[in-house]
Amino acid sequence: MALMSYAQAAAEALAAAMRADARIVALGEDLGRGGVFGQYRAAAPDGTLRPLQAEFGAERVIDTPISEANIMGAAVGMALAGLKPVVEMRVIDFALCAMDELVNQAAKNRYMFGGQGRVPLVARMPIGIWSASAAQHSQSLEAWFAHLPGLAVVCPATPQDNYSLLTAALASGDPVVYLEHKELWSRQGEVDPAQPVPLGKARIARAGKDLTLVTWSRTLHESLAAAETLAREGIDIEVLDLRTLWPWDRATVLDACAKTKRLFVAHEAVQVAGFGAEIAAAVAEELGCPVKRLGAPRIPVGYAPTLEAEARVDAEKIASAVRAWLGARD
Amino acid sequence: MNDAPARAERLLALYRTMARIRAFEDAAEEASQGGVQVWGMEASATPARVRGPLHLSTGQEAVAAGVCIHLERDDLLTSTHRGHGHTLAKGADMTRMMCELFGRATGYNKGKGGSMHIADFSVGMLGANGVVAAGIPIATGAAHALKILRRPNIVACFFGDGAINRGPFLEGLNWAQVYGLPVLFVCEDNRIAATTPTRTMTAGSGAAARARALGIEAQAVDGNDVEAVDRAAGELVARVRTGRPALLHAITYRIKGHVSVDPGAYRDAAEVERARQDDPIARARGALAALGLAGRVDAIDAEVRAEVARALAAADAAPWPEPAEAYRDVLDAGAGTWR
Repeated sequence: MALMSYAQAAAEALAAAMRADARIVALGEDLGRGGVFGQYRAAAPDGTLRPLQAEFGAERVIDTPISEANIMGAAVGMALAGLKPVVEMRVIDFALCAMDELVNQAAKNRYMFGGQGRVPLVARMPIGIWSASAAQHSQSLEAWFAHLPGLAVVCPATPQDNYSLLTAALASGDPVVYLEHKELWSRQGEVDPAQPVPLGKARIARAGKDLTLVTWSRTLHESLAAAETLAREGIDIEVLDLRTLWPWDRATVLDACAKTKRLFVAHEAVQVAGFGAEIAAAVAEELGCPVKRLGAPRIPVGYAPTLEAEARVDAEKIASAVRAWLGARD
Repeated sequence: MNDAPARAERLLALYRTMARIRAFEDAAEEASQGGVQVWGMEASATPARVRGPLHLSTGQEAVAAGVCIHLERDDLLTSTHRGHGHTLAKGADMTRMMCELFGRATGYNKGKGGSMHIADFSVGMLGANGVVAAGIPIATGAAHALKILRRPNIVACFFGDGAINRGPFLEGLNWAQVYGLPVLFVCEDNRIAATTPTRTMTAGSGAAARARALGIEAQAVDGNDVEAVDRAAGELVARVRTGRPALLHAITYRIKGHVSVDPGAYRDAAEVERARQDDPIARARGALAALGLAGRVDAIDAEVRAEVARALAAADAAPWPEPAEAYRDVLDAGAGTWR
């Protein structure tokens, strides 16, 4: 057990995996200095954080040109030739320059070549609003990738999960879209390196009886804050951290909703055609229970604080929506 | 080759590869007639046995043969949507290829890929690709891995003239040069991008000039002269084996349309006729006849005809993939369901 940041947790998981498996390499812009968010800096023996390149060398922690298409495409080629690449896209908005390589190549390779090859690739594509970063550095596009056969989609919300889920992603043997949230980098938490978290397993972050709130990534913390506010008002909600969007943990969600009889999904991504719709539809189909969603309005994220706030799904908005819904039941 | 008998044997080997590619393309083309309604043609009552888009490399065989004769089994190769020739030249089995074109369970991809995704990973052929220029980043990454893994092999990366106008061409060439990677880029220039003449859409002097601008050694060659391709590729491959990228710009001609059911009527008939006169296989056959080897050529042709006949018969007889195969090899975590 050690206290560390969400960013460091990922770096420690990667470092441990690289020590155990010489085939794992990382490639992306500015990795040599530890990544622009420090997400490639792990603890040195003296306890200070240092770039992974200091331990693993420039051949395994590879600084690249600003060539997103080739970073992702090269990772596919590396995987086919026997390596296990970790791809750094810096922000998911930049990963859009690598869509052919991710969607047509990485995600399709195993299937369309009849299982001749595998593409064990982890694409780190940080999501989310990052204060005052505006429309091209703030998107949450996880639903795009949940829609694509051939990809797993992971959205860790805590340092522990960032450690354990990155470890699981590196072991999965298939392409994983790994979506860290930029406003979680400095979030501190206890991490037990020995605690496994499999892909596709949700976590009950708070037990409750009046409603099941399903969420992921940074919105988990907003949801837990909303739950505390609501608890003071006598509303007891359950909060479920989905953690993995594909595969998603239907069993845990359905069990929880069968108990509370209501589903509320909250996410930072735009509500229209968001992954919340998939969960809501599944719960409605299976249980016939009432569902509600709260995501962002269908607007780009604006720069000014007053505009950015409109795109945020925060604790107050979540509490208010839940309150309005449950208040209307009586 | 100064040594005449050695030259003759090498030319016979190149001829055999070209003849196998031509025969495969001709058979696949015939098997593709009828089925799907594309390019304004009506579907016939007889469904085609090769149903999907079929991009033929007819007329371009010398490029595949002349480059791949320099590759070892553990060298790697990436290809294009027009990739049958590269696949055969790299050592794939014709019958399993034909089965794949027919969509059968016994094909290389278990019927999941067809012509556009033909591949034989067991001989280092990492796949044809449905997206122009998509093989370039994959090839550079494979070469990067070979370097990291201290393997002695190289990667041959085939792409068309249209690909040099896509971003991955610049990104991949720059990458290969920056890291010093063993990759031979081969621009197989058939002078037309789908139905658009490439010269009308390409600024500057083409692939070799663009490579040289990045400091990459490049050569242009008559891609219909298989011995010239062999020589140029040999020089460049020797350089690539020392850990530096190189580019070969092989200028050839696509005798057929963009896909097999495209008659290519948008082209000047005189231009096509000139290209037919410049057929690389006819040129090689002429050279071999001049060496007194017409009989050997006839024997090769007969062997190739028999090989294609076996491939067609096997593909006709092979089973379709089971519907359950549609759900396999998607991914291990959460694969192959609706939900």
